[in-house]
Amino acid sequence: MFDFGKWTACFNDWLLGLGMADWLAVLIECVIIGVLILLTYTVLALFYILYERKLCAYFQCRLGPMRVGPWGLLQVFADMFKILIKELICLKGTDRFLFKLAPYLVITASVVMLACLPWGNGLQIIDWNIGIFFVLAVSSVGVLGILLAGWASNNKYTLIGAMRSGAQMISYEISLGLALMAIVVLAGSNPDIHPMKISDLVTAQTDAWFLFKGHVPAIIAFLIYIVAATAETNRGPFDLPEAEHELTAGYHTEYSGIHFGFFYLAEYLNLFIVSGIASLMFLGGWMPLHIPGWDGFNDIMNYIPGIVWFLAKAFFISYVIIWFKWTFPRVRIDQLIAFEWKYLMPFALANLLLMAVFVAFGWHF
Amino acid sequence: MELMCNISNGVLSITALITGVALVFAALLIAKLISPRSYSVKKSEAYECGIPTRGASMIQFKAGYYIIAILFLLFDVEVVFLYPWATVMGGMGPAGLLCIGIFMFVLIMGLAYAWRKGALKWE
Repeated sequence: MFDFGKWTACFNDWLLGLGMADWLAVLIECVIIGVLILLTYTVLALFYILYERKLCAYFQCRLGPMRVGPWGLLQVFADMFKILIKELICLKGTDRFLFKLAPYLVITASVVMLACLPWGNGLQIIDWNIGIFFVLAVSSVGVLGILLAGWASNNKYTLIGAMRSGAQMISYEISLGLALMAIVVLAGSNPDIHPMKISDLVTAQTDAWFLFKGHVPAIIAFLIYIVAATAETNRGPFDLPEAEHELTAGYHTEYSGIHFGFFYLAEYLNLFIVSGIASLMFLGGWMPLHIPGWDGFNDIMNYIPGIVWFLAKAFFISYVIIWFKWTFPRVRIDQLIAFEWKYLMPFALANLLLMAVFVAFGWHF
Repeated sequence: MELMCNISNGVLSITALITGVALVFAALLIAKLISPRSYSVKKSEAYECGIPTRGASMIQFKAGYYIIAILFLLFDVEVVFLYPWATVMGGMGPAGLLCIGIFMFVLIMGLAYAWRKGALKWE
């Protein structure tokens, strides 16, 4: 596969070749990386806002935004400028420090998670050897931001919305972790790689994706992951923290202008991040689709760049998650909690054991 | 795969962290510069159905959320304990299966106890 690592190494050599001190080169590279993250973040958020609006419209036999620019492509820019020129209101009785801290936590968590995703071979910023665990840990910080937002707003609806959202996100995080762990167990059967390092997990899928390698338990883990990820991002049938007929707008009722925009941005980026993790862990990330024996087909697939494969898989999973929203009615909070603790979590545990049995006896591919 | 530009992961993580903070800070700064500001008594009141708020807003809420939080703590620590096992499971064979079987049995008994006691009931 094409290695982006060569580019960055080349750039690094060029900077050092100019006679620059080591720390200065690192500083310049860090600034460039920061700017790239910012650009990616913004472009992805804008793309996702349009993507969801268009998809929602097509599911409902509408056209969606059409007026601003061709096919409404410029609508998101108009919305962005509109949200920037709105007044930032801080109500009487709010806890000002926590109220202003909450967007920082929510956005920072999603930026750090975004930096962990490899888009192609060598096109990854943070690559810990416990990568997948790091992503799960950082995702918990976002919950904290939401709880703070609801509590600090000094509004009963935001408080209830934040509590529901918090309970939902922490509950489904367990299923999410267990579903990913099944894949870590599967990857651990290959002694050459580090089973939690994200780049290694993808290279282990060169011959076949984990979804197909892992027999039945990998497919069950994938389904559990998709359900848990939908709940984790407060979407689809699980968007009851924002059930507008009960709670006005949930935990971000009292936020206005760009303050509200931050929660919106983080929500879309989290959708991309969970889809990206699904594509990396189950669908092979930047690895092309290969069918054993079909050499011509495999060669054609190899021509498609890795970054296109990764983004296509991530957008496909986002499409499925957006589809859920328009297919299933919203659940109640008691159904939500019961579904996680009585069905999904025990299933995920049993599936993990099943995967361990398959790996122990070598029944996987 | 080599690290990006030979910068350590810690530095890169801090870069991402600073980027996140900078994103929020910069957007807030722009919004502060170009957004209008006005003050009125009505506007600074909480939005609850349009009628004036009654009583304190930081109310007592359902105890069930605490139980969920405690259960989460238990099972999240369990997930943390399971991850080291998951990384070495492939090399352990059936012995690893036996070890985790005992650990899981204790845990599932805990879940069964919580279930029986009605901790998962939401009324």
